Amino acid sequence: METAPQFFRHGPGPLARLVFFTLLSLLLMAIDTRFKYLPEIRQAIAVAIYPLQKLAHAPVAIYDQVSGFFVSQNQTDEIAHLRQQHLADQGQLQRLLALEAENVQLRKLLEARQRAESKTVMAEILYIPHDPFSRKAILDKGSQDSIQPGQIVVDDAGVVGQITRVYPWLSEVTLITDKDHSVPVQLVRNGLRSMVSGTGEDGTLELRYLVANADIQQGDLLVTSGIDGIYPPGLPVALVSKIESNAAYAFARITCTPAAGVNRNRQVLILLPLLSIPERPAEPIETKPDDKKRGKVGIR
Amino acid sequence: MIKNEEKLAFVNFTAQEIVSHVRSWFIVFSLAVALLLNLLPLQGVALLLRPDFVALMILYWGINQPQRVGMSVAFTMGLLMDVGDASIFGQHALAYSVMAFIGLLLHRRLRIFSLHKQAPQVGLLLLSAQLIMLLTGLLTGANFPGWDFFLASVSGALLWSLLPALVKMPQRRKPDPDAL
Repeated sequence: METAPQFFRHGPGPLARLVFFTLLSLLLMAIDTRFKYLPEIRQAIAVAIYPLQKLAHAPVAIYDQVSGFFVSQNQTDEIAHLRQQHLADQGQLQRLLALEAENVQLRKLLEARQRAESKTVMAEILYIPHDPFSRKAILDKGSQDSIQPGQIVVDDAGVVGQITRVYPWLSEVTLITDKDHSVPVQLVRNGLRSMVSGTGEDGTLELRYLVANADIQQGDLLVTSGIDGIYPPGLPVALVSKIESNAAYAFARITCTPAAGVNRNRQVLILLPLLSIPERPAEPIETKPDDKKRGKVGIR
Repeated sequence: MIKNEEKLAFVNFTAQEIVSHVRSWFIVFSLAVALLLNLLPLQGVALLLRPDFVALMILYWGINQPQRVGMSVAFTMGLLMDVGDASIFGQHALAYSVMAFIGLLLHRRLRIFSLHKQAPQVGLLLLSAQLIMLLTGLLTGANFPGWDFFLASVSGALLWSLLPALVKMPQRRKPDPDAL
């Protein structure tokens, strides 16, 4: 090999390179999954490919603009329908305002902590990554719009997911259908609390570890319970779609369908401030607090 | 052996259209376009059937320009795809590097075949990348995504026979009217 002219020298051989790159990528994967430690590199790459992501979304944006330009007949119908709906909603809203005022007063009377009103940021789903191993979506708002990891993403019908990674102009939402994602929920009908977890499949959620004789029916609505301090209480999450209780198992197999539709609409809301949690009362030093799990609820 | 190879290369050369020397910026541009195509906001069946354009482009250059596009380019593109696809950092990188390695080993052999005969072999190469991604996915605790996951390799193989025409279109030499 020493006698080979310059033209034939290509550095280390292919096998050596393969070993090098394999080890490097294995190392990166280990660091990423075990230690969650590579945000800077990811950020840099995200900034580098941002123009491409934006460009890939351009056809959709152009389509939106063009289709918005041509107001067709059925859209005027829709406007009329929406006006009616608006009126009806207005009436309800006024009732809600009255109730809210009343609620504020009652809370004052009880000296209860006022629920933090949450601000929202409107975002659009840029694209759904083609990664069959996780359920995620990329939004067009990032840390420049004060988005932080852990914030909740909702649409008009319910909870969509939770922000897990933030780039300067983009952010990643882990959808509630992701296998590693759970939401603390409560049954509207009877207040039963549980956790609903994703299954890794589109459109199915699971209520794990609920005893076979639990009072739950098909069609029950699950809303966020709010006890985790991350999800605001009362957001619709899922509808119970199927209950299979088998005497052989201690737990019933309860399947739910998410209330929000990621495949239906592209606009979502990001709830900005995390709820202000009252400080944990000082605990005696002898008892070890095992609240680690609860603190991490929902975050992958 | 050497003689035979030269002869085959010669036969191949005349069969192909004569293409001007591939410029580096063109390779970068084609990879960027492939990345763009991979990031298109598709849904449902279209997303399932969408071939991995980046993998295809890496293989195309790896087979036709093995001196210039090899495992380092594959690794870098893999990192870009990892961020774009929100997957584990290094998953695509590993898959693409291994695929590029097999491509590099086989590139002389592959170039002997016609495009249509290359297609199934390229399909297997794409499948190797997908298998590595599947393996890493399963090892990190994901569910098996279903057999339709592999449709991307099939569609990639089908696209392969069209790919050279598409890539060569912008770099074809204008016919010289004074030439014989």
